[in-house]
Amino acid sequence: MKKYILTSTLAALLTLGGLSVPALAGPEDVVVEHAWSRASIGMNRPGAAYMTIRNTGDEPVTLIGLATPLAMMPEIHETKTNAEGVSSMSPAGEIAIAPGESVALEPGGLHAMLMRLQELMTEGDTFPLTLLFDDGGEVTVEVPILGIAARGPED
Amino acid sequence: MRRRAILGYGAAGVGAVALMLFVGWWQVDGPGGPEPVGQRPVALTEMDFRLTDHEGNAVGPETLIGRPTMAFFGFTYCPDVCPTTLSDISEWLDDLGDEAEEMNVVFITVDPERDTVETMAEYVGYFHPAIRGWTGPEEQIARVADSFRATYERVPTESGDYTMNHSASVFLFAASGRFVTMIDYHEPREFAVPKIRRALEEEMEGAT
Ligand SMILES: [Cu+2]
Repeated sequence: MKKYILTSTLAALLTLGGLSVPALAGPEDVVVEHAWSRASIGMNRPGAAYMTIRNTGDEPVTLIGLATPLAMMPEIHETKTNAEGVSSMSPAGEIAIAPGESVALEPGGLHAMLMRLQELMTEGDTFPLTLLFDDGGEVTVEVPILGIAARGPED
Repeated sequence: MRRRAILGYGAAGVGAVALMLFVGWWQVDGPGGPEPVGQRPVALTEMDFRLTDHEGNAVGPETLIGRPTMAFFGFTYCPDVCPTTLSDISEWLDDLGDEAEEMNVVFITVDPERDTVETMAEYVGYFHPAIRGWTGPEEQIARVADSFRATYERVPTESGDYTMNHSASVFLFAASGRFVTMIDYHEPREFAVPKIRRALEEEMEGAT
């Protein structure tokens, strides 16, 4: 209810200002599940974190970036494997999630790439990872750090 | 009575068609499928390279002859694909149990600049104990990759480092050194383990 009022007020203000903007989707509509990552060997190697991001709201949400005290350059990456079996990785850009849809960050596909680690990723610890959305919304999750050979959130 | 017989043939016919479709799928796209011609590695007996394993031993293709081999390329600074492949392989080896003990399992780095013998030793230590880590001079790595028809490429990242694009398939060779098949990245375990068994069984045939 509170969110609805806030959104309407904002939309009204922006409309008055002559701007046309899509309705805002608050972070309360975003649910992050099954977050996990692998322990690092030292701090020179990049880490990777995985999770499922669900949009439970009525409006699309767009993930535009990441923030974490663990790494100087966290970024959403995508691994692709071509017809010749060659794998490569590149920044995934913005990720739009339609209402009711979810996006899986999982090994061999999308991942939260954690470049320039500031701390060791130690098995058994957790670290906070903030997802940044295009409407200014943020969602912070505590990501468990599993073993180096972990294959999924249940390992 | 007659009608029932016809119905019976009908059901058998449907079953036969389904079986044919399944066999067709198995041989064309499934685990029984042939590898694309031109991309197959040569036999280990035709390879010529000198590398060092993670315990400092000199190794080459001859090290692998006599036992079935599972080999793949990667690098230890790889955050996503390589640890995933190594943990997949660890799981397949666990599934195979005792059978896996008769295999060579080799992880060959495509990033010898960062992956020294010591680095490889530390890295493979986190996975199944059967996995060996091989590194060596850049030109020797290039020779191995060439023989495997594998490719790799150094790519700079925004963080000022570099990453490596590389072939992510797992290659299987028989004890004779003959190339058997490969397991593509993302291939489900239901396909991977039978393929490994194929490489293992070929050894049995050769032994008898
Ligand atoms: Cu990445």
